[in-house]
Amino acid sequence: MTEPGPIDLRGVLCPNNFVYIKLKLEEMAPGDRLEVLLDDGEPMRNVPRSLKEEGHRILKVSPEGEQYRLLIQRGPD
Amino acid sequence: MGELLAEPKMEALKAGLVKESRHLKLNFNELKSGGFIKQTQRDLFTARLRCPGGRLTAEQLRKAAELAEKHGRGEVHITVRQSVEIPYVNYRDFDALNAELRSIGWSVASCGARVRVPTACAGCSYNPNGLMETQKVCQEVDRRFFGQATGHHKFKVSFSGCPIDCFRTREMDLGFQGTLDPGLEETHCNGCGLCVKSCEEGALVLKDGLPVRDADKCNWCGDCVKVCPVDAMVARRRGWLARVGGKHGKHPLYAYEVAAFLHDDQLYSLMERTLSWYETNGSGRERIGATIARLGLGKYLSEVVRSLGVETIDSPLARRKFKAGGNLYD
Repeated sequence: MTEPGPIDLRGVLCPNNFVYIKLKLEEMAPGDRLEVLLDDGEPMRNVPRSLKEEGHRILKVSPEGEQYRLLIQRGPD
Repeated sequence: MGELLAEPKMEALKAGLVKESRHLKLNFNELKSGGFIKQTQRDLFTARLRCPGGRLTAEQLRKAAELAEKHGRGEVHITVRQSVEIPYVNYRDFDALNAELRSIGWSVASCGARVRVPTACAGCSYNPNGLMETQKVCQEVDRRFFGQATGHHKFKVSFSGCPIDCFRTREMDLGFQGTLDPGLEETHCNGCGLCVKSCEEGALVLKDGLPVRDADKCNWCGDCVKVCPVDAMVARRRGWLARVGGKHGKHPLYAYEVAAFLHDDQLYSLMERTLSWYETNGSGRERIGATIARLGLGKYLSEVVRSLGVETIDSPLARRKFKAGGNLYD
């Protein structure tokens, strides 16, 4: 399943944005999808890599002006 | 840091000791590689412990604490080069302290015109930035080269696992930094552009939906590989970048990048050859950076690096992407 609506993490600093996504993913089942909005800059440098390190997948990256929309698939437990 | 216990001083100390006490027997051969640094206070020295890569076992830590209470003043100093030092040790206790260290297979460090204990970051075993196993190679370099006399001056070595270079390999006589050469598996790439975003060097651009790399800008940090969600950007090679001729001190020097993508074995060979080159070509009490400045980098490159058959960095252009800023006085 996909969580409704993107989680808006614009203006949230590293690593809090990552921790927030991590907590959200923990409530979900492996394979579930989640959309988030991130600021360009540090968040886009750090968050995708941290998600990969924890075994999650990024399915889609869409630039939207000064922000980015990521579609994340929760990895296995 | 106090005055180093140079050999003439040892002789004077030895003569003094003989006068002072016939009962006191010190093992001067053991003291030759240094490790005890004279303090301002009469008769007192700082015992510098051998801690390659700043890695100590719990047993060693307990021993350091025990020795600090027994022979020092119950405190230790953590040095900038990752050593634990025990200040306020009386020279009469040198042998006892050495014997206690030996009992757990430990010893004091080196000082003077010798290869010093190498330093290293945590490496890639648990640091996500790490590209190479700094700790493993650091321990091996210490095992092979510790205390070796250079014939001229001190010789410092450090290891950084990635180009962030926490261990300041540019300021070492010989520094090694982990690097990764990225390459693209085009069929896996979905053109998401995360690698382009992750590259702080501006070395990647998207062209027709695929990332294209400018090799003159890429500093081999591996961020693009680490971020790639579909494993399209992959490591073609990993290895050590070698830097030679750096130092800090009153007149710092920044090292030259001289070789790329060394394997561990090539790193040991490069160090062995570099020490031998320095011994032969160095003059008086100069660091290897001064030797290279005097004789030219070309001589070092052709006599040490090229003949080793490794990837040589031999032009200012190839070095430009590593360039540092600030006040370099030129």
